[in-house]
Amino acid sequence: MDLGFGPEYDAFRAEVRAFIASHWPPEDGDLKSHANERAFVVAAIEQGYMHRSIPRAYGGSEQPYDIARAEIIREELTRARAPSGRIPGNGLVVPTLLEWGTEEQKQRFISPTLTGDIVWCQGFSEPGAGSDLASLRTRAELSSDGTKWIINGSKIWTSHAHKSTHIFCLVRTEPGAPKHAGISYLLIDLRQPGVTIRPLVQMTRQKEFNEVFFDNAETPVDMLVGERGKGWNVTRSTLKHERSGISAMTWPLSMFRDLVKLLKEVERDGQPAIKDLRIREELAAIEGELMSLVYSTYRSTSLDIHNQPGDTFSTMRKLYMTDLAGRMAKLARDAVEDDFADMGGARLKWIERFMISLSMSIAGGTSNIQRNIIAERVLGLPRERTSERAANSQGAAA
Amino acid sequence: MNFLLSPEQHALVDSVSGLLRDRCDALHVHQVFDTPGEAAFDAALWSALSELGVPAIMVPEAHGGLGLELIDLAIVSEALGRAAAPVPFLGHALAALAISLGGSEEQKERWLPALASGEKIATVAFGESPGRWAPDEWTLLGETLTGTKTMVPNAKEADLIVVGLGTGALAVVEKDASFTVARLDVADRTRPLDTVTFTDASAELLANGTVAAPRVFDAAAVLLAADAFGGADHCVNMSVEYAKIREQYGQPIAAFQGLRYQLVAMALATEPARGLYWFAAHAWDALPEKARHAAGQAKAHLAETYLQVTRDTVEAHGGIGFTWEHDTHIYMKRAMLDWAWLGTPSRHRQRAADLAGW
Ligand SMILES: Cc1cc2nc3c(=O)[nH]c(=O)nc-3n(C[C@H](O)[C@H](O)[C@H](O)COP(=O)(O)OP(=O)(O)OC[C@H]3O[C@@H](n4cnc5c(N)ncnc54)[C@H](O)[C@@H]3O)c2cc1C
Ligand SMILES: Cc1cc2nc3c(=O)[nH]c(=O)nc-3n(C[C@H](O)[C@H](O)[C@H](O)COP(=O)(O)OP(=O)(O)OC[C@H]3O[C@@H](n4cnc5c(N)ncnc54)[C@H](O)[C@@H]3O)c2cc1C
Repeated sequence: MDLGFGPEYDAFRAEVRAFIASHWPPEDGDLKSHANERAFVVAAIEQGYMHRSIPRAYGGSEQPYDIARAEIIREELTRARAPSGRIPGNGLVVPTLLEWGTEEQKQRFISPTLTGDIVWCQGFSEPGAGSDLASLRTRAELSSDGTKWIINGSKIWTSHAHKSTHIFCLVRTEPGAPKHAGISYLLIDLRQPGVTIRPLVQMTRQKEFNEVFFDNAETPVDMLVGERGKGWNVTRSTLKHERSGISAMTWPLSMFRDLVKLLKEVERDGQPAIKDLRIREELAAIEGELMSLVYSTYRSTSLDIHNQPGDTFSTMRKLYMTDLAGRMAKLARDAVEDDFADMGGARLKWIERFMISLSMSIAGGTSNIQRNIIAERVLGLPRERTSERAANSQGAAA
Repeated sequence: MNFLLSPEQHALVDSVSGLLRDRCDALHVHQVFDTPGEAAFDAALWSALSELGVPAIMVPEAHGGLGLELIDLAIVSEALGRAAAPVPFLGHALAALAISLGGSEEQKERWLPALASGEKIATVAFGESPGRWAPDEWTLLGETLTGTKTMVPNAKEADLIVVGLGTGALAVVEKDASFTVARLDVADRTRPLDTVTFTDASAELLANGTVAAPRVFDAAAVLLAADAFGGADHCVNMSVEYAKIREQYGQPIAAFQGLRYQLVAMALATEPARGLYWFAAHAWDALPEKARHAAGQAKAHLAETYLQVTRDTVEAHGGIGFTWEHDTHIYMKRAMLDWAWLGTPSRHRQRAADLAGW
């Protein structure tokens, strides 16, 4: 058993570190500027450190599949707080385009997406179609001259639509076709009169998701990805990505570190809260789950690296992390006591986390949908005769 | 990175599991469990396991052992837990480890070969109720021992007992020394426990016992965690398979979402814990600065999970799950022992918190 990457990777790590040190932070010190970020991403792609699974022809760095290298690069980028090259939305659309896009679509969209010049949001959910995504109603019809799609309807909960240039959407193009058969996957430029974006305020007071209305919005006929009426399959494409889940552990680990720090700072009955027996014990119990998460992820990653079957944990990871985040947020609540009622106070971050931990239980497939998927795919349980298959819902598509 | 078992480790588990499939199916465990009188272990099964090398796993090669690591012992413990095997593995493996780690060359040569072959049986006497299990909590003192140790596995059958002393040292007491043994009316009749009362019992100190003691304590935590994982995973599988065949309302109960979610919760608690006990074993073998903490965390988390999963298993089976004939109660009782022996999850968490510097 070996939890490290092995000495053969030490030289590679040193190279990556040296590269980052000579490119980040930028000379003018502006960590937020898009131009600086873009320059870094371009250089990192050039070097073979970013977008490794994407062909050079489309702006990637086309490196051999090597999860250990990918992981080392991510670790070093995180350590240096350098741009990761990942923009939410973009990571979803690029694999789809690679698998299903026409040559023209790939040429046109992938490279600017990698550099952040095009920013995508995901237009799947609708007011009437959440978990049961295939019941969506937004429709697109061909214009009479057959050159454009005319789109009418609305999307909801669209994260970052207000900061995006484009949206990838599921729309109904085949009226009268059965539920799953009438859906197509369309690329739409948001910057046009037929599109209205209305921000929705989250329970945290932030404006991160939106409603997107299409009122005779247009997109050229060749902006349909995959076949007409086969959009459902398109959403289910999964590229063999160098995505191990190890990077997904970054936030639970840092949330835990923050929690320990909080429990040391906050006083309870004249001593640090962390000295309180009940709090201490709950913290240790949480750490037991966190360790389970971490080492199961190492095991899943190892199975992937060594091409072995048997990884059931990856299917459970989202639900496990969701539950863990909630448990951490509740222990923080117990420690901050009276401050928990004060949205203007010093503990706002924890009040926000208490709420944000819930978004995980909804976005990208609700916890119940995760349970349905685990029941079917991991435990192999038969379906109830009246209910629909878990595989046909949002969690599987997103 | 290769956080996986090696082909040799898979082969070891396969050989043990294969034997258990042939010689220790559920019916057999029930027979042992239901044998009237004091709980007893299955001598024929233990000798078959000894032939496979189970008691030799961590004994150094120089003394007739296989010279393997704790991870190897732990994956065997998982297999034994899965089968609820009625064998004196726990005490024996820990006693052999104590002598391997703490004995002088002469002591090792004297005792280990017969333990590695399974010719003799050994056990450890750590507990001093209530809840005192760790080397820094032991109290027995003296050249000859006087006092009581509780929850000693298979003391009655043991040829030698490794006893934890108040100095944090370890001493070996042989069968003919002056002590009495009273078998508990144990819940887990697959792993009998005794109360041992020493009266001026002659004892021989292990040369490096104070160094070995905390390592053996941590190894014990890992072996219990592994046993708990095997048992819990078996209970999940058993519940899932039952749900697929039991029909109510004209369909398999596995189709009902309420029950499905209960089964998912059981799997979600159990599957990720495999990585935790593997890590604890690996840390014991290779990452000394993380070993103590990881061992305590693994024992706490797995013992708690196992006990809860056995409760869920009863629920998932309905009326049949509440019976003596069904397997579940045997697993629940194994879970009770894994929970209580060596200290409760709560005590291990408090200890882990101390070790984390909180
Ligand atoms: C912060 C945030 C960001 C989001 N960003 C995006 C985005 O960028 N793009 C996008 O398209 N969508 C986005 N979503 C939408 C998200 O995908 C949906 O909210 C989610 O799929 C659930 O759909 P719903 O809200 O309609 O709830 P519903 O589907 O109505 O679910 C309500 C409740 O019923 C339960 N339920 C539904 N079906 C079943 C079933 N078969 N079995 C058991 N329980 C069931 C659910 O688990 C839930 O508890 C976002 C959501 C959030 C919270
Ligand atoms: C101590 C004890 C005393 C009893 N005494 C009596 C008595 O005096 N007289 C008598 O007539 N009976 C008695 N019973 C029987 C008891 O009523 C049944 O055991 C109970 O109704 C469950 O039925 P079952 O055992 O067949 O389990 P099943 O119905 O097979 O249930 C198995 C599992 O499936 C779940 N399940 C079943 N259907 C659904 C569903 N639609 N949705 C979700 N989950 C579902 C159950 O919750 C359970 O977890 C007793 C049982 C016990 C344990």
